Amino acid sequence: MTLSPLTRRLLALITGVALLVVYAPLMLVLLNSFNTSQSFAWPPTGLTTRWWQAAWESQGARAAIWTSVEVAVLATAIALVLGTMAALALQRFAFFGRDFVSLLIILPIALPGVVTGIALANAFTTMIGIELGFFTLVVSHATFCIVTVFNNAVARLRRLGGNLEEASMDLGAGTFRTFFKITLPMLRSSLLAGGLLAFALSFDEIIVTTFTVGQGIQTLPIWIYQNLFRPNQAPVVNVVAAALIVLSVVPIWIAQRLAGTDESVAAAH
Amino acid sequence: MSGVLHRHPRLRLGLLLGPPMLWLGVAYLGALAALFITALWTADGFTGNIQREWTLDNFKDVFSLEVYRTITIRTLLTAVAVTVIDAALAFPVALYMAKVASPRAQRLLVIAILTPLWASYLVKAYAWRGMFSADGPIAWLADPFGLSTPGYGLVATVVTLAYLWLPYMILPMYAGLERLPNSLLEASADLGAGARVTLRRVVLPVLFPAVVAGSIFTFSLTLGDYIAVKIVGGTNQMLGNVIYDNVLTGNNLPFAAAVSTIPVVIMLVYLAAVRRTGALDNL
Repeated sequence: MTLSPLTRRLLALITGVALLVVYAPLMLVLLNSFNTSQSFAWPPTGLTTRWWQAAWESQGARAAIWTSVEVAVLATAIALVLGTMAALALQRFAFFGRDFVSLLIILPIALPGVVTGIALANAFTTMIGIELGFFTLVVSHATFCIVTVFNNAVARLRRLGGNLEEASMDLGAGTFRTFFKITLPMLRSSLLAGGLLAFALSFDEIIVTTFTVGQGIQTLPIWIYQNLFRPNQAPVVNVVAAALIVLSVVPIWIAQRLAGTDESVAAAH
Repeated sequence: MSGVLHRHPRLRLGLLLGPPMLWLGVAYLGALAALFITALWTADGFTGNIQREWTLDNFKDVFSLEVYRTITIRTLLTAVAVTVIDAALAFPVALYMAKVASPRAQRLLVIAILTPLWASYLVKAYAWRGMFSADGPIAWLADPFGLSTPGYGLVATVVTLAYLWLPYMILPMYAGLERLPNSLLEASADLGAGARVTLRRVVLPVLFPAVVAGSIFTFSLTLGDYIAVKIVGGTNQMLGNVIYDNVLTGNNLPFAAAVSTIPVVIMLVYLAAVRRTGALDNL
């Protein structure tokens, strides 16, 4: 099938329009963070940095950011350990029930978030009798973060095969030595990518969070959500949203750097 | 220790698999099972305390009351609409990225599609609230044509959800098309197939698992969403809202548990149906 010049131009046009639609709402949030109108009248009547200043001084937003970072760091750490273990087990061993295990790992993201949320909340409160709070939040976030680490690690292990590990074992290195000297360095950039994704997933999560957070703790998404419908808080919420859009470029940049080093590693082989 | 592990691969496997299985197999699956059990109990209407008496009343209510049937159908139709819109939009974009764009443009386009994925879900839903607002850009654009913004409602919900999950559809489609060698398309043309036949017999079979993989996300994420509906959906309710309201304000966890079995059953049937296509390996 050769695409005619007309088709090519049409495809380019559709892609262009799609990108425009993808970025227009994000640009609107950025622009509105400078809009003098508190109700975001369009087109803006004037520009101001007042809201950015107000957001910078917002205690609630600051505290919420810290809570989110703490939860995301802990959830990512758990996901890194469990995800790597599961990836090694599934990629380096053949055993009965392998398909079931891999299905089990994707289940927390394949099932709707409300289901995971209510199931965990119910298990914590009515079954075990733990009060909802920071601990339950970290546990629930780690549950759906495992899969991102797992996916990245499995893809890498599949691509590299087990030859180097076998060689290491044949040369007399033990299980742990082989893991730390051979397997882990091979996995490093994929674990970084998976960990980054897990962090972002946890930092951003709201659906499971609303069920397992309990009273008194506010993550950043919860803070945004609770202030979203308050007219006098609207400009500050909008600034936080704008800041998050700007910050979302950072992980992309890191991921590109990681991909870059991978390519140079591949080229060196 | 290391030597023992070295001689016993099964022990190594057990130690590797043990912790993740305790977490996901015992704790998570256990929680899902417990949810189903809770659905068979009742809550005290006054205090919200759970009474461990076995009853099927929750399920009877879910299936017999008109409201819940309407909400279930609305949620399902929304999920289907979002999936179809995303697939239809993602195809030309993925085709352009994989088969028309230069390698450099290809890399940039992948970044352009990926970047919004890192932006917060809540922020994106919120952004559409701004787009659809009474004095927002859509109203401003529509006004000269004598039209107005559709406002907050089902249309806004479908648009917002389709927007949110679009990258999940574009990326697997792009990956699928990228793996399809150009020589295969040329061979098809050389053998006399027109664009339409090639599309049906060469491109579509490659694309199908990718669409299925993407649809798992668009479907599941839509079925469970209740935040976007609250932000742009006006007074419309989805299954997620019923679950949330019953847990947090209605104090009726058993009933919420019964409602939440609906999306679980839908997703499990869906996953079982698509397992043969090999789409699960593409996730």
